[in-house]
Amino acid sequence: MVTKLPKTDVVTVGVGWTGGIIAAELSKAGLKVVGLERGGDRSTENFAMKHDELRYALRYELMQDLSRETLTFRHNSKQRALPMRQYGAFLLGNGVGGAGTHWNGMTDRYNPYDFEIRSKTIEKYGESKIDPELTIQDWGITYDEMEPYYTKFELMAGISGDETPLRGHRSEPFPNPALKKTPAMDIFFDATKEMGLDPFVIPAANNSQAYDNPDGQHLAACQYNGFCERFGCEFGAKGSPNTTVIPTALKTGNFELRANSEVLEILHEGGKATGVLYMDTRTGERFEQPAEVVAVTSYTFNNNRLLLNSGLGTPYDPKTGRGTIGKNYCYQVIVGNDGFFDDEKFNSAIGSGGLAAVLDNFNADNFDHSDYDFLHGGSVLMGQKGKRPIDENQVPSGTPRWGKEFKAQSLKYYNRHLNLYTYGAQLPTVHNYLDLDPTYKDINGYPLLRMTFDFTESDRKRGKFLNQQTRKILEAMGATHISDDTNMDHFDMTRYQATHNTGGVIMGADPETSAVNNYLQMWEHDNVFVVGGSAYAHQSGYNATATLGALAYRASEGIIDYSKKGGSLA
Amino acid sequence: MEKKEDQKLETTETTNNSRRQFLKSSGIAVGGIAVGSALGGILGMYGKEEEAPAATPAESQPAQQHDHALQYFTNRADFEKLGQATERIFPEDENGPGAIALGVPYYIDHQLAGKWGINAKEYRQGPFFEGVPEQGYQSQLKHHQVFDLGLEALDKYSQEKFDALFVALDGEQQDEVLTAFENDEVKIPGLRSSLFFELLRKTTIEGVYADPLYGGNKGMAGWKMKEYPGVQMSYADKVEETEFLKIEPKSLHDTHN
Repeated sequence: MVTKLPKTDVVTVGVGWTGGIIAAELSKAGLKVVGLERGGDRSTENFAMKHDELRYALRYELMQDLSRETLTFRHNSKQRALPMRQYGAFLLGNGVGGAGTHWNGMTDRYNPYDFEIRSKTIEKYGESKIDPELTIQDWGITYDEMEPYYTKFELMAGISGDETPLRGHRSEPFPNPALKKTPAMDIFFDATKEMGLDPFVIPAANNSQAYDNPDGQHLAACQYNGFCERFGCEFGAKGSPNTTVIPTALKTGNFELRANSEVLEILHEGGKATGVLYMDTRTGERFEQPAEVVAVTSYTFNNNRLLLNSGLGTPYDPKTGRGTIGKNYCYQVIVGNDGFFDDEKFNSAIGSGGLAAVLDNFNADNFDHSDYDFLHGGSVLMGQKGKRPIDENQVPSGTPRWGKEFKAQSLKYYNRHLNLYTYGAQLPTVHNYLDLDPTYKDINGYPLLRMTFDFTESDRKRGKFLNQQTRKILEAMGATHISDDTNMDHFDMTRYQATHNTGGVIMGADPETSAVNNYLQMWEHDNVFVVGGSAYAHQSGYNATATLGALAYRASEGIIDYSKKGGSLA
Repeated sequence: MEKKEDQKLETTETTNNSRRQFLKSSGIAVGGIAVGSALGGILGMYGKEEEAPAATPAESQPAQQHDHALQYFTNRADFEKLGQATERIFPEDENGPGAIALGVPYYIDHQLAGKWGINAKEYRQGPFFEGVPEQGYQSQLKHHQVFDLGLEALDKYSQEKFDALFVALDGEQQDEVLTAFENDEVKIPGLRSSLFFELLRKTTIEGVYADPLYGGNKGMAGWKMKEYPGVQMSYADKVEETEFLKIEPKSLHDTHN
């Protein structure tokens, strides 16, 4: 039995960063918003016990319960897709605030090159530069059009950062100064400056000072006690949906947050969505929530799955290249090295999730690609997130993995080790896509999403190039030993890399090649807005969150416009 | 060849000479440190715990270790075997205590009895197929079953190879057995031996460094050896410090109480 509820203006599927931003913006504008979040509610007072590496980082306290739902994975269409039974490469958020509750906080804008990657590549290098296997395309929006939305996101989340070269222009400075540098970051800065590179402190949502955002939300100052990534902040010192947009939306009186409410289907009739079908995960009761507009604001995977399970949009067919839902699924090229310093001793436990030294000299088209047989690049980072003792037992190559020598070396190097890594771009191909799994189901009987994905030759070349840079920098920093380079043969679901999964419901200027327009409005269903990493036409060489935050502000404007005049906004 | 009996048990802050003597004479320590010697007594199985001499004040424990009992294992021999295997992964040495003295076997016992032991937050629907390694854990066995089968196979393989139970082997022989498991050289129906080994290694390291709340990392000794300060509320005034800071560790217990 399904209970039909009174109609609302807008319903959001998920209440994390994108759902939270849309809820805040629309409710401030006077629209009635219902936010459906399948996980439980939580806020700062729930994180007093957060300094528990086992519970949060290794038993995934804040993550989606995979016994209810996961996805399946294969490298290519000849392999049998099998369920991701345990967490590994990436972590799926769950609960009010979504992954925004437990993100590290690194806040990058994408490069102007990204939004017009195809046009700019052809303009500079000619069409023959683009490997025919790649399906890169322009995003249907430019950096200049994105800029005001990035600024909104940064002001709202209290981003701490400094001006830096090699990134797009900014209309306003960061609201807070950059975080403090550790001595290890000074070594990185000195070495890379000596190499003629341009290091800076990565912009972060871990607030360098107490801050009141434009919506009147107060954020505390970061205490550098680590435990950000995979954890909530017990001080309320991290820009997260829980500390910003969700309370802002609730304050208006126009937003109703319903936790433990799992959306099963988007209901539609005659090309328009009529609302959603959802279940109270505690009682099992089912409800229909009618709405004028459905904002699909869950993680990349669930955005795709929900559209496919609801029959919205046209599924992508890798054989013909037609259709869009599931197209251009992308990930990230993460390579790097561990450096071991016999003559230094760092305070390795000290840090903050978003605290990192970074450089963009090898990112986007910031360097000439004429002599390279790959496009794009990546940011090179040295993170100072606060090393955790169970997870961080790096030892020089050749050391046994257990026993007396392992013990001695892992103890010795805990405070004498630095890791350099990259967020490398990962470009789309016809072979990498998302669709529904024919075999495996979730706890409610709906098909799981199936990921078909592996690195391409150009990803491997980019990875190799980036790995050469991390090695060179560690050498220049004076590392006594440097670990082997990262193996890029195949995507490995078991090794944590990043929760930066993108694409499948990509934005663009052409309904034939994209699923949503540049307001994140579906071409085929004009009252459905699909907002999130799912909209990225490719994965760039940066952290992924700021762009989806900016797109959520863009979509909010679109929904407000749509609620006044209807129709396609593009 | 390494002689386990010669290991300096005195370095374990909780071990006293009389107990060491007792362990030697009782034969429990043959082939390794007796698991129960970690903290406080376990020797009830011999009916002699009550008779053991009282610890001197310097060695006394603040309270009885109520978590030093078994939630998962039913057979003391299995627990002893597990303990000795963890001690080879993370042995006692000049840096400080090994897995047994840190309570790691109790940590693992408690984990196997809890939701991790039954893979409660993992996708468990079939059909189960073996995939490529990059597809990750595809075993139809739950973690606790992997330990059951693995521990059984430890003795079987030790018997085949050395004609003795795992606990009766010397350290080098035990390492040889564990290496064979690590390299998938041990045939176990329905289980790759490396999966058992990897879970054993993973949970041993967890038990060394997880908050003492979970039964391992006794006295925060794992953290102390690593010069890791545990649960600290703020480093805001220390983040730029160029000298290495020696900070007395704290645990979740300090946060909560």
